[in-house]
Amino acid sequence: MERIPILRMGRLLLVTIQVDMHDRLAMTLQDDLTARIVKDRANGVLIDISALDIVDSFIGRMISNTAAMAKILDADTVLVGMQPAVAITLVELGLNLTGVRTALNVERGMQMLDRSHE
Amino acid sequence: MSKDYSARLADIVSDNKDQLLDVWLAGLFSKLMRRDKAGDAEVRQKAAQFLPLLADTLKKSETLNIQSPEWGDLRQLLEEISQSRVRQGFTPIETASFIFSLKEPLFDHLRKALGDDSKQLADSIAVTSTLFDDLGLFTVEVYQKAREQVILRQQQELLELSTPVVQLWDGILALPLIGTLDSARTQVVMESLLEKIVETGSEIAIIDITGVPTVDTLVAQHLLKTIAAARLMGADCIISGIRPQIAQTIVHLGVNLEDVITKSTLADAFIIAMKRTGASINTSESRQQRA
Repeated sequence: MERIPILRMGRLLLVTIQVDMHDRLAMTLQDDLTARIVKDRANGVLIDISALDIVDSFIGRMISNTAAMAKILDADTVLVGMQPAVAITLVELGLNLTGVRTALNVERGMQMLDRSHE
Repeated sequence: MSKDYSARLADIVSDNKDQLLDVWLAGLFSKLMRRDKAGDAEVRQKAAQFLPLLADTLKKSETLNIQSPEWGDLRQLLEEISQSRVRQGFTPIETASFIFSLKEPLFDHLRKALGDDSKQLADSIAVTSTLFDDLGLFTVEVYQKAREQVILRQQQELLELSTPVVQLWDGILALPLIGTLDSARTQVVMESLLEKIVETGSEIAIIDITGVPTVDTLVAQHLLKTIAAARLMGADCIISGIRPQIAQTIVHLGVNLEDVITKSTLADAFIIAMKRTGASINTSESRQQRA
């Protein structure tokens, strides 16, 4: 079955979504990610969606939920690399993802996480 | 019934092509207010194309309904003519007279062909007249559409002109908004801001609303949408240039701007943005002494 890879970098987890998300893939990712946060004792999660061209309300909600779950497991989530079109779509859908931190690219996202863990 | 008329008309057109063309163009040019050689040559060429095509279509077509597929080629030719007239700035009357001035010469020929049979002649003229009215109206319609396209394009250009995104500093963008914000404009503003954020890798965008005359709930909502979208991309927004009246309106309307950094002037917003990006501002010593 198709899976989205979760890479570990120190105490950070890096998730790069390179394929079109469908609902089951998103749910699997949520399961995998929460499991890995606990297993690797991660304190930060970077979700890179720069390759994602299309989002729907479900994926938007799933991202927001994942961030909330990670927060409960004491890991900060930073969503990086959102495309302008995706940002506009999410806002039009009324999903402002309040509570999710965002950064322009992976580098900035890492800096952000590093700063908050110093 | 109409088949006979259209066959006769086709014969008349194809038999007297050159003669018709001369009379037609003479009539046409006499109606035009202003002429130039290039325009005349184009009209002459189009008219020369039009006559054989008309004869052809009349022969082939079962109907005189110009919207039917058989009349497609002829319609296309007329579209080209109308569109080029729009570009050259002709009036609708001048455009329509291309078709209408062909009527007279055609009637003359019909009269010559059917001089003794007045009933046939009257019917022929009625049918021909209806056909040419349709064709003429069609050219006017195309003319109108082409004009509308010009207006639309200009609107689009105005829209883009009125929403520049400028880079103030490394990592700081400014978006001076001028004029009323409506949905369509917000869309353009949002898109150009987000594109620029990606392009320059900026972290802070200052939205200056000094030039926005009024802020109502809709405008405020549009602003908040833009800010939310920028935040999703990882950039923070500062709203600046809020005039006292607008501050009052915003509060009276109950618009929640608490999550957004707001400053009264662009200068204040710029200082905040500079601090955020880690830069510091020092006034030079000589300047301080003078002060």
